Amino acid sequence: MASSAPPVPAPASGTAAPDFEALSVESATVVVQPSLWQRVQRNGSVRLGGAVLLLLVVIAIAAPWLGTVDPSLFDPASRDLLPGKSGEITTLEGETIEHTFRMGSDSFGRDIYSRVVYGTRVSLLVGLFTALVAVSFGTLLGLMAGYIRWLDGILMRVMDGLMSIPAILIAIALVAMWRGSLLTVVIAIAIPEIPRVTRLVRSLVLTIREEPYVEAAISLGTPTWKIMLRHILPNTVAPLIVQGTFICASGILVEAILSFLGVGLPPDIPTWGNVMAEGRSQFNEFPHNIFFPGIFLAVTVLAVNILGDGLRDTLDPKMAKRV
Amino acid sequence: MFAFLARRLAATIPVLVVVAVLVFLMLRLTPGDPAAVLAGDAASPDQIAQIREGLGLDKSIPEQFVIWAGRMLHGDLGRSYYYKTEVTTLVAQRLEPTLSLTVVTIIVAVLIAVPLGVLAAWRFGGWLDRLLMGFSVMGFSVPVFVLAYLLIWGVSLKLGWLPVQGYKRIADGLGPWFTHLMLPAITLSVVYIALIARVTRAAVLETLGEDYIRTARAKGLPESKVLMRHALANAAVPIATVIGIGIALLIGGVVVTESVYAIPGLGRLTVDAVLARDFPTIQGVILFFSLIYVVINLLVDLSYVFFDPRIRY
Repeated sequence: MASSAPPVPAPASGTAAPDFEALSVESATVVVQPSLWQRVQRNGSVRLGGAVLLLLVVIAIAAPWLGTVDPSLFDPASRDLLPGKSGEITTLEGETIEHTFRMGSDSFGRDIYSRVVYGTRVSLLVGLFTALVAVSFGTLLGLMAGYIRWLDGILMRVMDGLMSIPAILIAIALVAMWRGSLLTVVIAIAIPEIPRVTRLVRSLVLTIREEPYVEAAISLGTPTWKIMLRHILPNTVAPLIVQGTFICASGILVEAILSFLGVGLPPDIPTWGNVMAEGRSQFNEFPHNIFFPGIFLAVTVLAVNILGDGLRDTLDPKMAKRV
Repeated sequence: MFAFLARRLAATIPVLVVVAVLVFLMLRLTPGDPAAVLAGDAASPDQIAQIREGLGLDKSIPEQFVIWAGRMLHGDLGRSYYYKTEVTTLVAQRLEPTLSLTVVTIIVAVLIAVPLGVLAAWRFGGWLDRLLMGFSVMGFSVPVFVLAYLLIWGVSLKLGWLPVQGYKRIADGLGPWFTHLMLPAITLSVVYIALIARVTRAAVLETLGEDYIRTARAKGLPESKVLMRHALANAAVPIATVIGIGIALLIGGVVVTESVYAIPGLGRLTVDAVLARDFPTIQGVILFFSLIYVVINLLVDLSYVFFDPRIRY
């Protein structure tokens, strides 16, 4: 896996000054092990994925100042414009202003560029919250399965069952029943991801419980909750960050799929999936209505996945070796 | 072997029971009232109550589950609210396109991914290896429907080589059947290729470090035989496993691909049923897909005996 990453640049002499005092004590070479955080920062995949993601976060936050108009604005006079064409658009105050449609307009006369830029907010939020929900519930269930004997069997059978239903089907069915909103979409996408986290945490708990330092803590009479908090949980953080990153990527992807199929967020919310869904009927004449949001979606998911790969290589070397 | 089969089947049953309970609860413990949805906005409370009674929705949840599960075991998936036919009939009608699409996709994906993975592991760190790893990250990231539209736009609209959308039954001739399936199958196979190639590469990479590979090379065996008979053969178990697990990914992709390419299969049926809030159909299709997934993974487990003679059940 490490081979797929671009060569790691040597640390610049200015940023990481070698400890000369330590060197002068003895002439023997002192190998300074880079800390975990340093290794993460120096990983090429982490840098690349992180940089693109940071840019997207900036775009999401700065959306109103990036030459956009309110994404819900429309003007019948500016329907189906090609990218880069100028037209007029009516603001909420009823004012008609001149506007350049950088990515063209849809069949309602809405500015696709504004909808795509604002869509960044929705996608990043959905990805982040899906990961948070899945990781927190999965961790809780995994700890329970790893510690409570009688619950383990039942819980893991339920997880097996949940994993036997394809993720998108669960998400589609749940959203359809609950009606789409940001909250229901996030929960519906997170539920099928929970079993993976639960399994991961459970297996970590079972391994860490056998470690000598945990046995020592037990023999000293440390209460179980303290062992969980002090010894078990800190050891699950690195693998969970890696897993969470991949869940974030798949969350962004599944939200776009749901919206695209018309079973996700309501059509008035500007999301990449919704913009693409609206572009479907006119694909022959205006393929860019699908391609612009599609490029944003693909780049975002790619960035998160590359970041996840880099994090896995540095934070979770055992897992990196497996795949 | 038979003892194992019995044990493995017995282990599958609880999973299926859990799936059935989950699918049932998923659609029953939700705020929406199916009777009200079915009756439409103009219905009076009396009409809604009538429909509720007709569907057995007035009974308690456990009672409903027992009735529903009993029917399920008799192969009765219920009646579609929307299509007004048996769900089993509906599934049977939509089976051919989906089966065609998935079988072609699996064959294409395995034929491309396994050799690619072997070659990448063989030339570990080389250009093919890097290309493949780059491609696999892309494959996981590019959304199925974006890829689908890209292919439709390029291959069908610009070049005019293949039909844009639709499906032709096998009965209408193999040629049209295949040309209509090509683009959807390519679209669907990308993620699957990425997954299988990655695992193949990792598994072969591991076996290539074994002593018997050095022995095989030392005795002068041609490299192709070392790779195929020794490296790949010993890496078969994880590859078979990922092909099985990947079916879940494939089923998810089918739902999207069939919608984009207007293929009247099970995936399309799922989306239509969800849009129409057609509970029995949604339940039936999800159960059917899950059953297929569980059975395929059971078969994969059994295939270990064939791939690795050391495994005896």
